[in-house]
Amino acid sequence: MALTDRSSGHSRLRWLVVAIPYLWLILLFLAPFLIVVKISLSTSAIAMPPYTPALDFTAGLGALWEQIKEFTFDNYVFLTEDALYWESYLSSLKIAVISTFLVLLIGYPIAYGMARARKEWRTTLLMLVILPFWTSFLIRVYAWIGILKPEGLLNQLLLYLGVISEPLNIMPSTLAVYIGIVYSYLPFMILPLYATLEKLDETLLEAAADLGCPPTQAFWKITFPLSLPGVIAGCFLVFIPAMGEFVIPDLLGGSDTLMIGKTLWAEFFSNRDWPVSSAVAVVLLAILVVPIMLFQRAQKKAAE
Amino acid sequence: MRRGGSWFNVTAITLGFAFLYLPIVLLVVYSFNASKLVTVWGGFSTKWYVSLLSNQGLLDAAWVTIRVALLSATLATVLGTLAAIALVRFGRFPGGTLFSGMVYAPLVMPEVITGLAMLLLFVAIGFARGFWTLTLAHITFSMCFVAVVVQSRLVTFDRSLEEAALDLGCPPFRTFFTITLPLILPAVVAGWMLAFTLSLDDLVISSFTTGPGATTLPMKIYSQVRLGVTPEINAICTILIAIVATGVIIASIVTKRREVERQRAERLAIQGV
Repeated sequence: MALTDRSSGHSRLRWLVVAIPYLWLILLFLAPFLIVVKISLSTSAIAMPPYTPALDFTAGLGALWEQIKEFTFDNYVFLTEDALYWESYLSSLKIAVISTFLVLLIGYPIAYGMARARKEWRTTLLMLVILPFWTSFLIRVYAWIGILKPEGLLNQLLLYLGVISEPLNIMPSTLAVYIGIVYSYLPFMILPLYATLEKLDETLLEAAADLGCPPTQAFWKITFPLSLPGVIAGCFLVFIPAMGEFVIPDLLGGSDTLMIGKTLWAEFFSNRDWPVSSAVAVVLLAILVVPIMLFQRAQKKAAE
Repeated sequence: MRRGGSWFNVTAITLGFAFLYLPIVLLVVYSFNASKLVTVWGGFSTKWYVSLLSNQGLLDAAWVTIRVALLSATLATVLGTLAAIALVRFGRFPGGTLFSGMVYAPLVMPEVITGLAMLLLFVAIGFARGFWTLTLAHITFSMCFVAVVVQSRLVTFDRSLEEAALDLGCPPFRTFFTITLPLILPAVVAGWMLAFTLSLDDLVISSFTTGPGATTLPMKIYSQVRLGVTPEINAICTILIAIVATGVIIASIVTKRREVERQRAERLAIQGV
């Protein structure tokens, strides 16, 4: 509190520190979303920009009102009529939920092992988890193409070992998408899990053991409940972006792998229908707004 | 209890890290493959690296990518550090919830949404798409990652040093540069590096916000990957991995050394007393 209002110069400085990033985010992060909503209510047109009405604020209030009256909900109606869209949403939801669960299942033992490793090893292990996290998403997905494709390394190995006689068709398929998501998002789960598990008070486990509690039971009664903040943070960090994933289903998935990120991309880049892609984005955001807000609450709580 | 679980821990770590690293190792190994067929080993060769040097399109893309990454990481670090200070020090101010919401949302927001939203903004205000729109978009999403990294350092920060400086009449602006900034510098540098790699790697947001003449390396790689796996892509990916790995390893060694030095200084100080 010693820092508050020492001088008028200080409060002006303080105002600037808040205002600069605040304004930046309002102009470049919040305002764009309002524009997305606006365009999702517009009609597609062959023009640049390819939608009408393009609100012209210089034309006066009357003209502006005429333009606003052109807004329609047709794009949203269209999303409900074409099965492609709601099937994409459902399939994304299913893939994101299952992958989040798989990442948790694989990530938890790794984070647990890291937190229980000897102290001098922990920093190195942590760096080894962070390193792939810093490596390009695209590169890591690309690495799997060489492994999973029909004439890829995995099939060659299995054929060589005599496990299979025909190459497996793992890629492109939904299975390959699961592998890609689990692989790419694993560090996002391990890092928050490790952070909570490392802080865990080990005397609690010793006390449980002294009182005759078997290790498995001690894990479920003490370790797991205490690591829940990490579990929750990790699940949000995986689930929310996985829901809108584009690169993984596009490169590893087949034509039958529907994901909404891929559908939005195709709508925008191939069909060039900006209003419909905006409507797709608005609905996706509406689905994700609750998880995103829960994630923010967890982040804020962790920061305090 | 710990002894009973230790074989389990070792297995979990070994398998986990094998899973994380095997694909990357294979990618790097096959970039030195003499055979054009990516999955058939034809002997050691560096010819794909040599052929990269004559690929003008790729070199142009690399140049654009590096310029965008340097510029956007630097500005994102300034903005992100300010945002972190605002979040930690000035906790409650009007619209504070909206502010923290805007800082955390881009961390998880699907990139297709952010990319589309920013593109529509640039079109709506009539900003010509290209190098600058790309840079603005990269600053916006990476500043939030910088803010989170710096914030975690500021939370554990000992404020008595700052207060001492202020009590001795040091103006706030100078206090920040002589006391606060040197102490949070490792986090600021880590934030810059994270912003730099995020910008270097980004495909989706870049594809939406770029314009003619500003193709980045990931966009170039993506369009080639769609046509199939080639040793040349393995080579360029290996170079990118090497750059990132070198940076992260140097940074962690430097941080560790500083930490050891600080601890020694503290010990000496205590002994001196």
